[in-house]
Order: sequence, then C-alpha cells, then structure tokens
Amino acid sequence: MNGTTYFSKDALRIDPEEETEKICHFLRETMLNRLKRRGVVVGLSGGIDSSVTAALAVRALGKGRVMGLEMPERYCAEETVRFSSMVTATLGIPSVREDITGVLDAVGCYRRYDGAVRQVVPEYGEGWKSKIVTSDTMAQRGFTTFSVVVQSPDDVITRIRLPLQAYLEIVAATNFKQRSRKMLEYYHADRLHYCVAGTANRLEHELGFFVKLGDGASDVKPIAHLYKTQVYQLAEHLGIPMEIRTRKPTTDTYSLAQGQDEFYFSLPYEKMDLCLYARDNDVPPDQVADLLELTTDQTMGLLNDIDTKRRTTRYLHLAPILMQDSED
Amino acid sequence: MGIEAKVREFIIETFLFGEHRGLRGDTSFLEGGILDSTGVMELVAFLEQTFSVTIADDELVPENLDSIIKVTEFMGRKGCFAPAVGAELSVILNSEVA
Repeated sequence: MNGTTYFSKDALRIDPEEETEKICHFLRETMLNRLKRRGVVVGLSGGIDSSVTAALAVRALGKGRVMGLEMPERYCAEETVRFSSMVTATLGIPSVREDITGVLDAVGCYRRYDGAVRQVVPEYGEGWKSKIVTSDTMAQRGFTTFSVVVQSPDDVITRIRLPLQAYLEIVAATNFKQRSRKMLEYYHADRLHYCVAGTANRLEHELGFFVKLGDGASDVKPIAHLYKTQVYQLAEHLGIPMEIRTRKPTTDTYSLAQGQDEFYFSLPYEKMDLCLYARDNDVPPDQVADLLELTTDQTMGLLNDIDTKRRTTRYLHLAPILMQDSED
Repeated sequence: MGIEAKVREFIIETFLFGEHRGLRGDTSFLEGGILDSTGVMELVAFLEQTFSVTIADDELVPENLDSIIKVTEFMGRKGCFAPAVGAELSVILNSEVA
C-alpha cells in the first residue's frame, strides 16, 4: 500500500455481481474438469457462510444439483434449525435433517467433554452449562490462554484458566461434532455422486479456525478467498434472508452461547478482516490503529497474533506427508 | 539440578524429541518455532508443578517465558532457587499428551 492512499473499510468493498459470476464460473469449471461429480452437498448451520455457499452453488449449478444438510445436536441454538430451514426454503433446494446427538452420544462426545471439565470443576454435571473462551489478545500482550466458563444450575458463572490436559480433552471431544457432520456430508455425497463444498471464509481458512478432517475437509471451498465482510456483501446480493444476515457469528458448539470472537478471534469479524487485509497488504500499523480506534501497541499485538495463528495452524492445512516429498 | 538445567532438560525432552538442536539459553521459543500456545500451557504446567509456584495470567508474557534464560530469571523473581521436594520431572514427561 503506498503512502498516499489512506486505509479505510472500502479496501474490502467488492462488486457482488462480478464476484458471484467469478465464483460460479470457478464452481462449474471445477465440477466439470476436476471433481467430475453431479452436484454439491452443503452442510447448513443457519449461519452466513454456509448460506452463501449454498446460494452460490445454486447459481452455478442449479437448485436440482445442490443438497442442503442440516445437522443439529443437543447444544445447538434454537434458531439454528429455523435458519437452516429458512435457507433451504429460500433457495428451493432439497434438504435432509440428521440430528447428530445420537452419533455424538455413541462416541462418548458429551461424556468425555463433561469429564474433561470436571478436571477443573469437580461438581460439573447435570444442569450445568459451559464454554471455552480465549484470553484477550489486546488486553494481554502475551501468550494465548484458554479458560472454561461454567454456569451452575443456580446461574452462578465462574471462569477458570484451563490446564493443558483438560483443554486438550475438551477440544478433542468437541471436535467430534465437526467430524461427525463431515462424515454425514460425505455419506450423502457418496450416495448422490456429489462432492462436498466447504464453507470456510478467508478468516477461518487462513487463520486455521477449523477442525482438521472436520469442517476443514471438503472438495471445494468457494468462499475461502473472501473476507467475512465480503461474504456479507454477497449474502445481500444473493438474497439471503435478513435474519441470517444479522445473526451474530457463533460457534454453536457449547452449551453456553459462544461467539467466534470469544474463542478464536480476538475482535469482531469486521475488525479482524481489516487486520488480516492490513497484514497481507503492508498497511502501516498506525493507519490500522486509526481505523480500528486502537492503540498502535494493541494493533501490533493483533497483527503479530495473525502471524502466530498462521504459523501454529499450518499443520491443519497439510495433507499427509510422504517420505519421498520430505525436504528433510 | 538448578532451575536452568531443569528447564533446559524439560524443553529438550518435551519439545525437541530429546535432541539439543542448537538450543541456547537465549534461543527464542517463539521465533524458533519451539513453543506454540499448547506448548506454553505445557511449560506453565511444568513450572507450576516442579517449582510449586502459581503463574498468573498477566505473567504469561514472552518477557517471562520465551527462552531458557527468561524462564530461569522469572522463576528466580518468584523466589524459586531449586525444584520443590518431590516434584519430579518424570511426572510431567510421562503425563498423557494427545
């Protein structure tokens, strides 16, 4: 970025019609020339990313070649199914609802999760709720830490920093959710001779906010090059219902509601987008700080955190490494 | 074994598969790709158990934890001069880590 252009939110402005056409062309060519499948399965969460991915697939391939898959579980928010049904109705696509609570019960997801939380909250059990939150990158200049927030049956909320083993076991147990959903997406893709579309946006894809072989697995990722702000611009253009466009991004994973900015990103998406853009386009930190109304120190912390996340999640993007491909 | 030697042994055994790999006292754990956020949690657990200290959230900063020298000095500031009696390194090394 040169010194005469001042950094503004307009950096993320796109032409939705042009972008839609580009993505649709990409999808059609990919299906025809590389994937050679007859259609696309999209797992629908009732959120903006999966809704836009499904809408783009319909534009590219036609509604008869897109199947929506709704996969709620015990702790999904009430509006999840309502919003995912709204998407299938709006797009006019066939859909299947698979409640994965039974699958998760069978593999011990809830039991293992509760056991891990009990390592730090021994009384945790029936009637309790919880979620994981990350330390505040801006308030804390240091390493990222994770805490469990628990709510007792009488609504007392406590936050406790997690020791390593409890943290790893909680994450491992909740990852069953994303992996079970992906297993079902591929079941339906196989029976229909379809492929699976991933729904990650650029923030999630580049900063590693996905589960390897869970929501990170797919055959094509049509919006992984788009900042979340841009996904919202496409959503409006594609006619995604207002309720979905105004829903706060959530992980929809824990029994207590959890925003994405509590667990992984340290800022709301519209600010994280600008940070990521700034990092990738050499925008001077003082300009980023001005735009986001942060101090330069806070901004440097956020920009450095982007580098850290990229470095520490590189493993998630790696395909199995073969010895003949090894550089060592 | 003093604090520095204990920390060095832990870092080498836990994060470097027992190989020295040119690790110096001032090697940055972050810049050297030795520790990520999970690694920091492991290091903190080791320090708390081995030296019987409690490390607060606001102490989890690179100035305290980003090299063997910084960790040693940090433990010194917290009043540690030798591992607590009965705090065995093997307890940490043998703990199950996914």
